[in-house]
Amino acid sequence: MTASATRPGFKNPIVRWIDHRLPVFSYMDHELNEYPTPKNLNYMWNFGSLAGFMLVAMITTGIILAMHYTPDATLAFNSVEHIMRDVNYGWLLRYIHMNGASMFFIVVYIHIFRGLYYGSYKAPRELLWLLGVLIYVLMMATAFMGYVLPWGQMSFWGATVITNLFSAIPVVGESVVTWLWGGFAVDNPTLNRFFSLHYLLPFIIVGVVILHIIALHRFGSNNPLGIDMKGKQDSIPFHPYYTVKDSFGLGVFLIFYACIVFFWPNLFGEPDNYIPANPLATPAEIVPEWYFLPFYAILRSIPNKLAGVIAMFGAIVLLALVPWLDRSPVKSARFRPVYRYFFWLLLGDCFLLGFCGAHPPEGWYVLASRLGALYYYLHFLVIFPLLALFERPLPLPRSISESVLKPGAMSGAVAPARALPMEKA
Amino acid sequence: MADSVAPRGSHEGGTRRDFLYLATGGVAAFGVASLVWPLIDQMNPSADVLALSSTEMDISKVEVGQRIKVMWRGHPVFVAHRTPEEIKEAEDVNVADLRDPQTDAQRVQKTEWLIVVGVCTHLGCIPLGTAPTDPRGEFGGWFCPCHGSQYDTSGRIRLGPAPLNLAVPPYKFLAATSVRIG
Repeated sequence: MTASATRPGFKNPIVRWIDHRLPVFSYMDHELNEYPTPKNLNYMWNFGSLAGFMLVAMITTGIILAMHYTPDATLAFNSVEHIMRDVNYGWLLRYIHMNGASMFFIVVYIHIFRGLYYGSYKAPRELLWLLGVLIYVLMMATAFMGYVLPWGQMSFWGATVITNLFSAIPVVGESVVTWLWGGFAVDNPTLNRFFSLHYLLPFIIVGVVILHIIALHRFGSNNPLGIDMKGKQDSIPFHPYYTVKDSFGLGVFLIFYACIVFFWPNLFGEPDNYIPANPLATPAEIVPEWYFLPFYAILRSIPNKLAGVIAMFGAIVLLALVPWLDRSPVKSARFRPVYRYFFWLLLGDCFLLGFCGAHPPEGWYVLASRLGALYYYLHFLVIFPLLALFERPLPLPRSISESVLKPGAMSGAVAPARALPMEKA
Repeated sequence: MADSVAPRGSHEGGTRRDFLYLATGGVAAFGVASLVWPLIDQMNPSADVLALSSTEMDISKVEVGQRIKVMWRGHPVFVAHRTPEEIKEAEDVNVADLRDPQTDAQRVQKTEWLIVVGVCTHLGCIPLGTAPTDPRGEFGGWFCPCHGSQYDTSGRIRLGPAPLNLAVPPYKFLAATSVRIG
């Protein structure tokens, strides 16, 4: 047998035969079973697998909806109503899919802010973070195009407004928008290409997710302490410990998801989208889906078309640059007494921007969204770099296992005599 | 250690943990099954398709000897206003000789009206014989051009690969000249 010593001994001879030629079982065992995981992960680490679950749920329900949906400007709206009224369990599948988008973003936002709090983007996980931001951008594109498909008033005017963002590009802007539309307004060609791409992008997301997981498994998960695993005593195998923990979290999440689907299915929706698209009349107020609201607020806060668009896309670019903007060597905000407050400030700022984005830009909302946008940029461009210079982190525990076994000894007992790296400041 | 936790009531080595495993697994299996069913059932005919599953027609214009096709659930239905000779031919057949033995009386409600689904029971082609110029086979009924099955004036299989007679759909005479199929 040429199987290396690390190959698990499978009992089933068929599995052994296949694995010898195509080591998928070894691979799965390595990545999902014995995969060493920090023993101190808290429930914030559930959201990665929850996001994976949501991706699968969206693709499954999406493929099914595509069996009943018609991407034609004259038929699309009615085909969605056909799904709601005629198709067996069509109402359920559509509500799972429609609210699934919101669930997916809730999960991913928690996942992103978990990463920000515990410094999961820091070396050697910068590429992992970048891939994550790429997934996020792909998700936004997919969600936007999916929202257009029911061909209601919000679909139509949302598509019009968002595609018009590209008209802000100097010189070629108008041509780009015409190209996106396949005409001189959002119409049937736009709907057809959005349907095609809405079907395609989730599979590209799957590909990037696989890269995301490969990058994750290179160094393993970060953890609430933000210190590396130093040996076997710091880790536990993924199965059964985290499979069980993830399953429990999934159960709790599904209860929440099911409550939305069964009791408040239109909570995240806009009533105007149950009016068929009318190119001759814009609804009184155009509001994007909630997960775009903070960016929408940034867009509107700047009274210049091009600058507003740049500020909005820049907000996402900043997120991608975090690994290089945050120079502090300490990962976890637990040991960063100052950063901790700014983290919550940023989270609050995003809520403020989201709140402003949901209301018409008048009165104090204008000022609030301007201040919110200003803070967002300050946080990434000024506070992150400066904190690395001026913040004095708390002493780090020596190892994960030590802090797990002797929680009391965590902060005080570490002898400051040995110069630890994070005390350089 | 787990065994020592189990009270005397446990038998065959079953422990509380085993019970929890089974109970959790059972609930999960039930949940998954109840979620999978909608994913499967959505491919069954939807309400609007089922709503089209009956067809009403006026047969007053169908002359004696004339045959027409009517659309029912996406298939043609043959409606034949049979001549006395065709009726006699259908009734005189020795039922015991048939591949799918059925008397003519079992296949019609009114002897002059034969109503059958126009789908060959071999592989689903539509047999010829509705138009007067069509080949009708040796038995004066219908002839399937795909693989040569031949049906008689009662729509019964007489020759060729088809295993069964042309199916009789559920139908009802609403009046002397009006029929509802389905």
